[in-house]
Amino acid sequence: MTRPRPEDRIERRAAISGIGQSQVGRRLYRSDLDLTVEAALAAIEDAGLTRDDIDGISTYPGMGIGTPGFSGPGTPEVQDALRLRVGWHDGGGEGPAQIRAVIAACLAVGAGLARHVLVYRTVTESTAQGSGGRQGIGGGGGGGGVPRFSGFLQWYLPFGAVSAVNWIALVAQRRMHEFGLTRRQLGQIAVNARRNAALNDRAVYRDPMTLDDYLAARMISTPLCLLDCDAPCDGSTAVIVSRAEHASDAPHPLCHVNAVGTALRGRPSWDQFDDMTSMAARDAASSMWERTELTPADVEVAQLYDGFSILTMVWLEALGFCGRGESGAFVEDGTAIARDGALPLNTAGGQLSGGRLHGFGLLHEACLQLRGEAGERQVPGRNGSHPEVAVVANGGGPIAGSLLLTRGPG
Amino acid sequence: MTASGPSLRLLPRVDDENRFFWTGGADGRLRFQRCAVCAHFVHPPAPRCPFCLADGLRPEPVSGRALVESFTVNHQQWIPGSDPYIVAWVSIVEQPDVRLTTNLVGVEPDDLRVGMEVVVEFEQQDDVYLPLFRPTSAPS
Repeated sequence: MTRPRPEDRIERRAAISGIGQSQVGRRLYRSDLDLTVEAALAAIEDAGLTRDDIDGISTYPGMGIGTPGFSGPGTPEVQDALRLRVGWHDGGGEGPAQIRAVIAACLAVGAGLARHVLVYRTVTESTAQGSGGRQGIGGGGGGGGVPRFSGFLQWYLPFGAVSAVNWIALVAQRRMHEFGLTRRQLGQIAVNARRNAALNDRAVYRDPMTLDDYLAARMISTPLCLLDCDAPCDGSTAVIVSRAEHASDAPHPLCHVNAVGTALRGRPSWDQFDDMTSMAARDAASSMWERTELTPADVEVAQLYDGFSILTMVWLEALGFCGRGESGAFVEDGTAIARDGALPLNTAGGQLSGGRLHGFGLLHEACLQLRGEAGERQVPGRNGSHPEVAVVANGGGPIAGSLLLTRGPG
Repeated sequence: MTASGPSLRLLPRVDDENRFFWTGGADGRLRFQRCAVCAHFVHPPAPRCPFCLADGLRPEPVSGRALVESFTVNHQQWIPGSDPYIVAWVSIVEQPDVRLTTNLVGVEPDDLRVGMEVVVEFEQQDDVYLPLFRPTSAPS
């Protein structure tokens, strides 16, 4: 793992020049394309551009991958809906987590394939579950009997390990064994998210929640309870990734891309990864720090993936905000991760309370915070008005990617 | 009472690559691919040894003894009618970096601990023999 030469870090040529978000909520009964177009137009306008300026498009994953409501529309549908003429286009479900779509766009503008890339992530999982009920696996055989499974799922499904929550609960339990992690510590991630969601009018869960509420919630897969799991929702988030030199007149401050985290050095597997407590976050985070002069101490706000609360704990350590095994103590009393703490965390409510916008809600909030436009929930940063450095991390288990953003050029 | 697994077993599609693993329990033996050159066990099945890249993998029985690396008690009704059941990671004693996701049987949640010694037993479902694990101290 060699450090890149400075001139090779072409993500530094990229900046997020515009952000947009559709209506977000539970069971909106709007189509994924409708939500995506709403978010895309908002992002394009926010960047001070018109659709004629957009010459690239990227998403994760698109094209009907996964369970109903998961994938969002593919780039061909969105390109056609907006009649975009693109020099570069990309989508897919493999790579450094959901944020791979942003990272790919950074590389595209860095390589001169496009100037302004529309990147989006759209989910309609709440509507999908509302229409069909939460699908019981194997229940929809339609007379053909229960299907059989190949690929990686064959190693998990026969044992009733049918959900990511089962797979990640094993990481959480392992951390209890190795590090003495407690449910009270885990609960701080959920309580912090709810406290912040109260100040986000797009968040899906805003009612106050205490640690006792958390501890009383029903178990899903021990030690993870319902409130350790994010909330399916409907919504689309879009950002415009621009070549920075072509966005100097953008109406809002640019969020410059300082470094991307993309590595996967362990085995790409939920149960065969060498370290059962960290998994791919370890590699993505370390590869990000290899590409920058900045250090964890420079980060003033963190938006760390919380599809499950335990993943946020894993990211806190992987990114070096505390030592290995120390994230429990780091969050224990909730002060360090609060909006007025040393490392404000998931300031819009994350996915646990904000809704499962699948990584991109966290990205949107990081940009708002760097721009100083987060309203009531704005964190002051060290200069008293806004943070200068933010980190966004996506993914869990063998899937991880991260992004280091700065308000000014790095 | 803790169940041995979900109310419905979703089964693997048996093919030429995985047949030795999923049907090997017919004679009560757990099998993994092993490299004839470097002697590593390999899981999941691979076309070549991923350690030395030799074209010398063949299925070989192991002792069936393993250690519990982590566990979770599933309560959610992903599969309707399921009582709580234990999902675990176990590592085989022959090579600790070979792990299986499995169910633990003959043990209650309060008695679970990482490092517990377990041994394989098989549950037959059609043509498939699912390797489950039971504490060596528990009566079968």
